[in-house]
Amino acid sequence: MAKQYVTTIVNGDNVEVLCDPTQTLLDVLRDEMDMTGTKEGCGTGDCGACSVTLDGVLVCSCLVLGIEANGKKVETIEGMAQGEELHPLQRKFIDHVALQCGICTPGLLIASKALLEENPDPTEEEIRYWLAGNLCRCTGYHKIIEAVQDAAAEMRGN
Amino acid sequence: MGRAPSPFATKIPYEKKDLKIVGTNPTARGDAVDKVTGRARYASDISLPGQLIGRVLRSPHARANILSIDTSAAEALAGVKAVVTRDDFPDMAIEHAASGELMVNFRDVTRNMMARENVLYDGHPVAAVAATSDAIAKQALKLIKVEYEVLPHVIDVRDAMKPDAPILHEDQFTKGVEPKPTTPSNVAARMESKLGDIEKGFAEAEIIIEREFNTKPVHQGYIEPQASIANYTEGGLAEVWTGTQGHFVFRAQIAKLLEMDLSKVKVIPTELGGGFGGKNNVYLEPLAVMLSKKGKRPVKMVMDRDEVFRATGPTSGTNVKVKMGCTRDGRITAAQAELNYQSGAYAGSSLPLATITVFTRYDLENVSVVGHDVTTNRPKVAAYRAPGAPMVAFGVETVIDEMARECGIDCIDFRLLNAAKEGTQTHFGPKLGPIGYIQTLERAKVHAHMSEKLGPNQGRGVATGFWFTLGAETSATVNVGEDGTATLIFGTVDVTGGSRSAFAMIVAEELGIPYEKVRTMSGDTSALGFNFMTAGSRGTAAGSMAAVTATRKAIARMCEIAARKWEVEPDQVVWEDGKARPAGANVGDFAPMSVAELAKEAAWFGGTIAGHAEINVAQGGPGFGTHIVDVEVDRRTGAVKVLRYTLIQDAGKAVYPEFIEGQFQGGAVQGIGTALNEEYIYNDKGLLENAGFLDYRIPVASDVPFINTEIVEVPNPDHPYGIRGIGEVPIIPPLPAIANAIHDAIGIRMRDHPMSPPKVLKALKDQMIEDAAAQGTAAE
Repeated sequence: MAKQYVTTIVNGDNVEVLCDPTQTLLDVLRDEMDMTGTKEGCGTGDCGACSVTLDGVLVCSCLVLGIEANGKKVETIEGMAQGEELHPLQRKFIDHVALQCGICTPGLLIASKALLEENPDPTEEEIRYWLAGNLCRCTGYHKIIEAVQDAAAEMRGN
Repeated sequence: MGRAPSPFATKIPYEKKDLKIVGTNPTARGDAVDKVTGRARYASDISLPGQLIGRVLRSPHARANILSIDTSAAEALAGVKAVVTRDDFPDMAIEHAASGELMVNFRDVTRNMMARENVLYDGHPVAAVAATSDAIAKQALKLIKVEYEVLPHVIDVRDAMKPDAPILHEDQFTKGVEPKPTTPSNVAARMESKLGDIEKGFAEAEIIIEREFNTKPVHQGYIEPQASIANYTEGGLAEVWTGTQGHFVFRAQIAKLLEMDLSKVKVIPTELGGGFGGKNNVYLEPLAVMLSKKGKRPVKMVMDRDEVFRATGPTSGTNVKVKMGCTRDGRITAAQAELNYQSGAYAGSSLPLATITVFTRYDLENVSVVGHDVTTNRPKVAAYRAPGAPMVAFGVETVIDEMARECGIDCIDFRLLNAAKEGTQTHFGPKLGPIGYIQTLERAKVHAHMSEKLGPNQGRGVATGFWFTLGAETSATVNVGEDGTATLIFGTVDVTGGSRSAFAMIVAEELGIPYEKVRTMSGDTSALGFNFMTAGSRGTAAGSMAAVTATRKAIARMCEIAARKWEVEPDQVVWEDGKARPAGANVGDFAPMSVAELAKEAAWFGGTIAGHAEINVAQGGPGFGTHIVDVEVDRRTGAVKVLRYTLIQDAGKAVYPEFIEGQFQGGAVQGIGTALNEEYIYNDKGLLENAGFLDYRIPVASDVPFINTEIVEVPNPDHPYGIRGIGEVPIIPPLPAIANAIHDAIGIRMRDHPMSPPKVLKALKDQMIEDAAAQGTAAE
């Protein structure tokens, strides 16, 4: 199939790319744009390791076609820190040891950021249900929940 | 654990001292910023110029003979650069080697990597291709024609042991049986572990309980699928980047399987996206090297998730019978078990480990364990965090709970009455040294969790676990830079980021410089001498022994530099508080020299400062833990919800306490997943029906509560910092603890794993029918 020309804004940068119409956004990010921060754990939308936002909506990039990103804004883990300054969620994940092997971490950070944008003061239960689509096999989630709570408090100015 | 203890193995006695860095929680972890910014590089993140994409063709049958393989159409497809089958790999003789906590046999390893005479499970590799794109590689797989003769298969361990079962290997005769059997069997081996006189023990018992338990295989469930990239050069050298728990062992296996010299294979371990024992085995690596050799370009291979489930891991499914006897006052007099463990398609499960550790938490006089290693048409099992232990603990800890209730003794008191302690004779050989088992039980007994009120359909369960700490070959190098900073190159794989930080803390403590002045980095197979895998909880425990040894050699070198400068003998210089100092007033009045000062002068006084360790660390530092869990059973659905969870474990010395808590919590939640949901489901054709995270459901954040943790510290006497392995114990108790809690909640003993809603619901219905029948009888 002929490749298609796609223009998109990734983490604020204009990007032009030729995509095969069958390529997922995840594959386009990783293989065509060399942005390997977004991870593939399953390819079927079950693990959340490939979480990104598309025009602000949290999606599994393995379930979105690359060509669907045409004219849209994509936010990935590579855009989360502002220069040297880590996002509060990134800092709190480190402070609370909320990551071990780290393969799920980019997806969890993107999903947590989307949560706090929608709900700046989530309860423990709300965090657990929001993040239920992001699998982590190392941490047992305990320190992830604490990190999100702590980051939320800091971002609210507490 | 695979090899006999060496008399030349290294032990360093525990040194009680005030610590400045070890035992604190550093704010800067070497790996963390890269992991939260997406810059950490895992195997599938690496690409090489000109790379091809490799894909594997897998068996669609549970068992079949391979009559022919025709790859000509695939090879003719434009863009296909290489195809490999069994014909491209040499056959291997029977030769065993340790690979993590399990042993492997190269005759089987080569067959598991690429089928030869037959396929023995759904997903067994049959061919592999490398092409210029993933799409072309996938298309090429469809063009490979394989002619199969489908044969009867067997999935369940009990079925496989029956006399009329389909036999996987006609040349497999049960080992460990005298005289040698004359007919082949799926029972690859029978093994025993004994202590005292079991008949006498049961004769002394006033209460005897005998139960049977069954567990399904579960998968390690690492989120990163296996990935490797290989480059075979014209000079006959192979470079392999891969996600592994042991790059030196992988190098050895790749070299062996491809008949290459070790020196011609270099394995570079990438950041690892979870392993838990499942990345102790080669799957893609030799295929990628061979495809690169034939295709003359680098080859990258990444498994899909369904390939991970169908062809890697999992654990053994098991059938376990436990019979124990005790006196009415709660003294265990006899402990007997029969363990039937699936090994998957080829012999060699975790059975040897399970057999010798079944009862090690208890101080027993009379023990008898018999085990069978059974081949079935499933993927060859791999280690999974305390391999073999949760299933057998399911049996033992449930029977202990029953016996305690029968005696009318609190279940923690019952365990305290029989608890293993220093001097306890184990049934696997050695007497135990100082251990913290009793402390974990005592802490559990007084824990606030124990006084939380329980509501209707809620129950509380307790269970305990034990695991070894493996030693084995470990190497490290410390280089002290000209500016006085230090770099540790380690050769064990840091699977979580924790041991990298722990090593830095220990090197800083030894040198007397700030933690931030030590960098730790993983060395590839060309950087260091052989290191065994990160398995058997050894990563930090054994790796730190090498780090201490190497650092102390660097310190000796620094003392030598000071001695040369001061024109005294090296033994007249001591290292204290991060400085070389004269050993006494009579040596002379010399100003102590810091690492930075010594580093500046090193060149003149003989050369740069470094220290190496190439040691074989003695096995030691067994770990024990006690878990308490509260559950609620939904009588309408059979769903079991974990309400509260507390875990207390002896870490010997917690180098980085928050990280240890994280390991405890992660292990407990894996155990909760095992207990309540996870299982391999095969259909009647022997094909795996739930090869994805939607249907193989590992715990998600909303499934579990916070996991309370407490760290006990009883120092390991054979480690300078007292460290014990901590990674594996936490996964052992959850399965029996939850079973005991379910019984406490609804009065039903669950003995079939997993305790998933359909099973619990059926048990509740059976209970209602029994209750109704009993009432009917009573009414008559």
